[in-house]
Amino acid sequence: MTIAERAFKFGDDINTDYIISGKYKFKSTDMDDMATHAMEELDPDYFAKVKPQGGILVAGRNFGMGSSREQAPLVLIHSNTKAVLAKSFARIFFRNAINTGLPVVECDTDLIDDGDELALDLEAGVVHDHTKGIDVPFAPLPPVMATLLADGGLVEHFRKHGGFAL
Amino acid sequence: MSEIAGKTIAEKILSAHAGMDARAGDIVVADVDFVMGQDGTSPLAIRAFERMGAEGLFDPKKVALVIDHSSPSPLEGVSALHTIMREFGKRTGAKVYDIGCGVCHQLIPEQGHVVPGDLMVGCDSHTCTYGALNVFSTGVGSTDGAAAMAAGKLWFKVPETIRVVAEGELPPGSFSKDLVLHLAGRLGADGATYKSLEFSGSTIDDLSVEARMTISNMAIEMGAKAGLMRADAKTLAWYEGRGERTPAPVDPDLDAVYCDEVPLDARTIGPHVAKPHSVDNAAPIEEVLGTPIAQGFLGTCTNGRFEDLAIAAGILAGRKVADGVRFIVAPASRRIYLDAMEAGLIQTLVEAGAAVVTPGCGPCVGTHNGVPSDGENVISTANRNFKGRMGNSNAFIYLASPATVAASVIEGAIADPRQYFEGGER
Repeated sequence: MTIAERAFKFGDDINTDYIISGKYKFKSTDMDDMATHAMEELDPDYFAKVKPQGGILVAGRNFGMGSSREQAPLVLIHSNTKAVLAKSFARIFFRNAINTGLPVVECDTDLIDDGDELALDLEAGVVHDHTKGIDVPFAPLPPVMATLLADGGLVEHFRKHGGFAL
Repeated sequence: MSEIAGKTIAEKILSAHAGMDARAGDIVVADVDFVMGQDGTSPLAIRAFERMGAEGLFDPKKVALVIDHSSPSPLEGVSALHTIMREFGKRTGAKVYDIGCGVCHQLIPEQGHVVPGDLMVGCDSHTCTYGALNVFSTGVGSTDGAAAMAAGKLWFKVPETIRVVAEGELPPGSFSKDLVLHLAGRLGADGATYKSLEFSGSTIDDLSVEARMTISNMAIEMGAKAGLMRADAKTLAWYEGRGERTPAPVDPDLDAVYCDEVPLDARTIGPHVAKPHSVDNAAPIEEVLGTPIAQGFLGTCTNGRFEDLAIAAGILAGRKVADGVRFIVAPASRRIYLDAMEAGLIQTLVEAGAAVVTPGCGPCVGTHNGVPSDGENVISTANRNFKGRMGNSNAFIYLASPATVAASVIEGAIADPRQYFEGGER
């Protein structure tokens, strides 16, 4: 699967309160509504910019640190964010992203700038940065996680197999 | 030599629950002993559970949902989410702890749902708290929680372990909170990501079970998957009268393989704070003495237990909260609330000027019960001080021990608690 989108660049240690503040997460389960607040602490216009045409969120170290809220990957999905690239991820966010079907990739994001046109090839393990004319390689996901992501997340995996088939 | 190296606590518990010899780096599917969710995460878990087509819980006795994050409900939207949880409980037999029962991470061990040697998951990042009780407990998201509720199992990557060895006695006025803030400053917010922390040494042995829980609670603030300790005689004594289940303590092997070792000399760790806006922005209290505060908060899964209330009450007895300072107290559970009333601690705190709110998470997570105003500084016993954490991104949160919070609300500024302890000025 190849995902071709524009890069939206952020820094290190983006916590889940920045992805979606706790004050919204407890109010409802309507993700389309909640998604309008995605990343607003760091960029109030994130939703307005990414929603119409889609995008790939690019961050530094420890993306998704903090709480276990699954609303974090969900608001990104519902804001039309197609994938997240980061130097490293906090583990609960990483699991939640796989479980909800949001592709997450660990790679050297220092090479990528805001606005770059990217093409992410999950199977080949490479991000093509068309703006820079460079390729950023990454290690493909372990089989258990790749299976869950390919099935469209853990719910779809259960619907397909009636339970864990890993 | 083909001798096989020993195992860490994490490797042993995951091996036992996966029914195989599991080592760091392996991915296993393991049976879980308990699954927990709270009101910020359970509604999504219930929705995922239903979408999975699950027919029922793997074992209704091993699932609990706790209404603690917005409790009692401050908004009609939240009330609707609470209704979803209560109806799920009626339909499936899952235990629902409703308003007033307390914070999930106090209730789950307090009610004896987990015992040493268990593997459990909770839909809340601070589920790592029960590592202090020798439980491999870790936070997961709602969909993982749903899968665990349905299947009674989940996939885990067996983590590498960093061994933290703390030796010596903490100085008077310093507590386990100061030790873990110091450690967070040293390791950083991602210093233990994907890994488990295993705590040992004479400092840990000397701490009460409650004080140990403060340390394990904050393992996630260094990115860790779990914050494990051995179960000793104190742990087993703590379990007396807490349910039917028999603890099965798991010790690490003497030749267990650790990816790193961090020595701590507790004798040198004075009171610490985490400055805004990250937990690893830790500093000795000297750096921030005199910083004016508008609000103090004593409570949470980190420091809302009986011992914490007792330490604060000991300092506040016969003293007053400074004019212009709001002091909010939330006991971590109803049982703690009752014990603290019986011991006169609540009387002491209220006489000093505290506003006591329902046991729960509200002030810490910013849902209600004490949202600070723009530009205000807050000193809190909680575990997170991210921007916006308490509900206002224009406020500044300092994290500290119950003693430091009590000393600070008296002065209306961040104050050194050592003056109230042996060797202090007063």
